[in-house]
Amino acid sequence: MQHWAVLPILIPLLSATLMLLPPLARTIRRQRITSMISLVLMLGSALVLFHLSTEATQLYQLGDWQPPFGILLVADRVSALLVLLTTVLATGAVLYSLAGDDNQGKYFHSLMMFQLMGVNGAFLTGDIFNLFVFFEVLLIASYALLIHGGGKQKTQANVHYIVLNLIGSAFFLFALGMLYGTLGTLNMAQMSTRIADLSPGASILAEAGALLLLVVFGLKAAMMPLHFWLPKAYASASAPVAAMFAIMTKVGIYSIFRVHTVVFGEHAGDLAYIAIPWIWPLALLTLVIGAVGVLAAPSLRTLVANLILISAGTLLVAVVLLNTQAVIGGLYYLVHTTLVTGALFLLADLIAQQRGQATDRFVVSRPMKQAPLLGLLFFIGAVTVAGLPPLSGFVGKALLLQAAETATQMGWVWSSILLSSLAVIIALSRAGTNLFWHVSGNKTGTENARPIQIIAIVLLLLASPALVIFGGPATEFAEAAALQMQQMYPEVQTLIAEGQP
Amino acid sequence: MEAIFAFCVGLLTACGLFLTLRGRTFPVVVGITLLSYAVNLFLFSSGRLLINGATILGQSEQYADPLPQALVLTAIVIGFAMTAFVVILAIRARSDLGNDHVDGRNPPGAGLPSDRLKEKN
Repeated sequence: MQHWAVLPILIPLLSATLMLLPPLARTIRRQRITSMISLVLMLGSALVLFHLSTEATQLYQLGDWQPPFGILLVADRVSALLVLLTTVLATGAVLYSLAGDDNQGKYFHSLMMFQLMGVNGAFLTGDIFNLFVFFEVLLIASYALLIHGGGKQKTQANVHYIVLNLIGSAFFLFALGMLYGTLGTLNMAQMSTRIADLSPGASILAEAGALLLLVVFGLKAAMMPLHFWLPKAYASASAPVAAMFAIMTKVGIYSIFRVHTVVFGEHAGDLAYIAIPWIWPLALLTLVIGAVGVLAAPSLRTLVANLILISAGTLLVAVVLLNTQAVIGGLYYLVHTTLVTGALFLLADLIAQQRGQATDRFVVSRPMKQAPLLGLLFFIGAVTVAGLPPLSGFVGKALLLQAAETATQMGWVWSSILLSSLAVIIALSRAGTNLFWHVSGNKTGTENARPIQIIAIVLLLLASPALVIFGGPATEFAEAAALQMQQMYPEVQTLIAEGQP
Repeated sequence: MEAIFAFCVGLLTACGLFLTLRGRTFPVVVGITLLSYAVNLFLFSSGRLLINGATILGQSEQYADPLPQALVLTAIVIGFAMTAFVVILAIRARSDLGNDHVDGRNPPGAGLPSDRLKEKN
């Protein structure tokens, strides 16, 4: 039996637990070494899993229990890709934190590993209650990470974040109760086959459950009008944490995709695509709100937090277009946007450090010590995230625009995506001008950025040219992944059928 | 039995939701606790309500679905940990921010005892 699928969950779990024990917990140096070793192991296992998943979907029965009675991990192409993406992003964030951010509070590396475990688990699991458990794992790690470093702003943002997410978790359980009560199973593959045969009474309950799930996932994905917690939380978190959080909204969008277009997909009879009419306007409104937020942002970190809203809106559009082309564009855009916004959060922190008291607010300040280097990185990041050619943002958005088929779709999708891109270009050029050119005096600070911080940012930004250079293989992979996803887990269905007497 | 059960779950949920919408952290925490009680009962009922039903085959005439009980157990453990965390955070916010409002600052004209004292002086 292949054990690769469970490694992205086991490695961070073990290393996080080890780092809580006294021999490692006492010195930050040992924690850093353990953290790096486990990241290297995770990168290795994620790459192997990625490679294996292109040949066949990797199924892993936890405890060797026959599904649907046991929990099943399903590593198909999309899951393996997202696990790899998470690990790369975490590597960048942890590398950056080695410069000193990890020492501002206790147990940073342990919490980061628990967070990774939760995110990887949420991407890999094929059981909807297990999805809830991994959501809670990643959430409780993120609560503690958000206040890492301390300070009034973080505490204040965290109170909102936690209360909202606890209510979200309660709704999640209500929804699961309704779905289990009507469908009698929690295995997502089996759920998708049973939905069509529901009696009318049960079907209403299942519909309520599915729409409650949309609320919960929308809260995680920062879908309008459940996005109000995001800008403040992300802008006040410390830089590596904010960079790591760039993947969190994507967990919500991934779950919406899995549940509302695969489980409640076209075969679901009366319940086919019930959530789509709701997501349509909300996706476009998220884009608009993100664009307004970007234009109104008073500081670079708030601006980048609003960029996350725009990317969430764009990805939601990719979900609701309901065709293969849109999923291809969506996957490509997801990889690009996660890594680039992560890099921008790290860069914003470096800029804030070198500008002294002005931090990252758009006001006149002393010049930066390494203005040319930071300016170049900011320029590359800005071009990528705004979607200008020749970098990956352009390719991702072009793929998505192509996916709109009918004239109405084109009208809505094109105008909102292109207008939000325009807002991003305006906001980022204003930000760059303010940060790098509106300076007073020639006296700079004395501190240089540490090489490891620059390496971390370059590592994340390099993904963008790489996605363009290997654009052919990347879109081919995305196409295979999109087609595989629409088939509702054929391998799992055979496995379940084999187990039945 | 079903009617009483459904009424209790509904009442708990309504109270929980009302309290989580309050402005101070203490009622919000109590509201979240009530909401999690409601959720646990609700999950339990998703396996249908039965009297004299064991979860092990061959022990009684009818048998109950064991899965919701396992789910409730998981939900209780997670809910307990989350509540503990939110209580600690509420105390921390009270000391960091100097008040117990969820927004971190008292709204103007909230009619607090401290405000009335100021008016008197």
